Amino acid sequence: MSANAMRANPTGGFPASKVLWTVVGWLVVFIFFFPVLWMWLEAFKTEPQAASSPPTIFFVPTLEEFQEVMSGDFPPFFINSATASLGSTFLVLVLGLPAAYALAIRPVKRTQDVLFFFISTRFLPFAASLVPLYLLARDLQLLDNIFALTLIYTTINLPLGVWLLRSFLLEIPHDLFEAARVDGASFFTELVRIVVPLIAPGIAATSLICLIFSWNEFFYAVNFTSSTAATAPVFLVGFISGRGLFYAKLAAAATLASLPVLLAGWIAQKQLIRGLTMGAVK
Amino acid sequence: MSAVAEMGGVPGQSAASFRREAWLRRLPLLPAFIFVIIITQIPFALTVYYSFFDWNLLQDNSFKFAGLANYARLVTDESLRIAVWNTVLLTISVIAISVVLGLAVAMLLNSEVFGKGFMRTLMIAPFLIMPTAGALIWKDTLLNPLFGLLPYLLAPFGLGRVDWVNQYPMVSVVGVEVWRWTPFMMLIILAGLQSQNPEVLEAARVDGATALQAFRHITLPLVRPFIELGALLGSLFVVQTFDTIFMLTHGGPGEDTTNIPFLLYLVAFQGFSIGQASAIGVVAVIMTTIIATVALRTLFSIFQVEARR
Repeated sequence: MSANAMRANPTGGFPASKVLWTVVGWLVVFIFFFPVLWMWLEAFKTEPQAASSPPTIFFVPTLEEFQEVMSGDFPPFFINSATASLGSTFLVLVLGLPAAYALAIRPVKRTQDVLFFFISTRFLPFAASLVPLYLLARDLQLLDNIFALTLIYTTINLPLGVWLLRSFLLEIPHDLFEAARVDGASFFTELVRIVVPLIAPGIAATSLICLIFSWNEFFYAVNFTSSTAATAPVFLVGFISGRGLFYAKLAAAATLASLPVLLAGWIAQKQLIRGLTMGAVK
Repeated sequence: MSAVAEMGGVPGQSAASFRREAWLRRLPLLPAFIFVIIITQIPFALTVYYSFFDWNLLQDNSFKFAGLANYARLVTDESLRIAVWNTVLLTISVIAISVVLGLAVAMLLNSEVFGKGFMRTLMIAPFLIMPTAGALIWKDTLLNPLFGLLPYLLAPFGLGRVDWVNQYPMVSVVGVEVWRWTPFMMLIILAGLQSQNPEVLEAARVDGATALQAFRHITLPLVRPFIELGALLGSLFVVQTFDTIFMLTHGGPGEDTTNIPFLLYLVAFQGFSIGQASAIGVVAVIMTTIIATVALRTLFSIFQVEARR
């Protein structure tokens, strides 16, 4: 059997081709992962090492730049990111869970229309509402306000949240809800005591996706905030005119800014796929 | 709001309880519904309204009705044409390349290789890295002609002095975006491949099918919906690319990498031309709606197939 056949036939074959494809696979993965690895390496260098020509490959790692970033002006940006991400994720769950529940368990006429409406707002480009929202925020003195940014992120993620939560709710056997209703459970009791525990994985997947999108969001962050409410991606804008002086610091800041989402995504890979496809792929 | 208003209950009830039931059913929907309408629909209506006015925030009392002047300016203005072209070029090339690469990597990760789980873990990192951070790392530490690693590694091939971001700006943007979106495509296509029954391929092989035949007639039809799903969802995101362009090229040199979102940013937040920016917004909505309609139809049909199982 040729090596090519091995590719289309994963169930058998010679160890030789297995070794070959393993090598090819690791090479490809290494190329894709390399920029991340390089970012980490740069972060543990000193500035002269990071801006040397030719690039420094071997060096003694130092935490200097991490300390520099953490003791400098970075932490408030990080805290703003956390506030906006966690706050909007919480709001998405509070608003999205009842809506998803209504759409999944107590289906109404035109459920599909409502669903379509919700999800279409996710893909309405930010161009659609940017200018009026900006003017409104300006007039209400809400520019550079983390609460305003949290509300915007809630809007961005709510449609996705409703879709995802609904897809998880559809998997719960209907009898469970019928039984609860016969026992006289109110809507709220039904929601908190039965629905929430049953779709814990769904809530995890929804939270993960909301966190990723709001943590990494840049467009609204850079246009609606400037200093007090600015988030981690906005902090990185300060490095944009880098002239070879702050590469190590940039790498350290980039590493720290990326860490929460990277870890969350790595831990919850299964939820990641389902979330990214809005529940379509399990 | 008509969608909510027309929701009914179960037939065969009295009018009063029917109405009560209908309200109970739609009540949990309302908070989310109202919230979305206030923050997306009303502003969009205002965007359309503003697009008919001449209004610059830097000039006092400049709010004047302009009719279709903003749209007329868009038609004659070369900036928008360039931005539309750049948006189309960027979206199509990023999606096409990352689908092909994503399929290849997914097939590698689905075959009998050592350390699959770990490979997948490393592979999805580019998608999880903050896009602004990723773009800066590429620009300053990998592509920089003086200190970057890539020119250093490519020097033996005579490419040591290439200033990628300035000489090949669109190639650089597409490259960074492909790096970011290939893992996304890979994840979705891999999920498709894993739903495949290996015995079918085994049977095909026993029947004398070549690897290429098996791929074309068995594997490809199976993963096609997953590829379509990934491509459509991906294009909805890539069409809105802003962070990578802002960090990597800032739309330049000149307007070489200015796409629609970046043009909007320039007009609204650098030029403060509210009317003009609104007109661009309306055009962007029309363009996205076309893609989104196709995408959502596909998504919905896949969704229903899944739900029926």
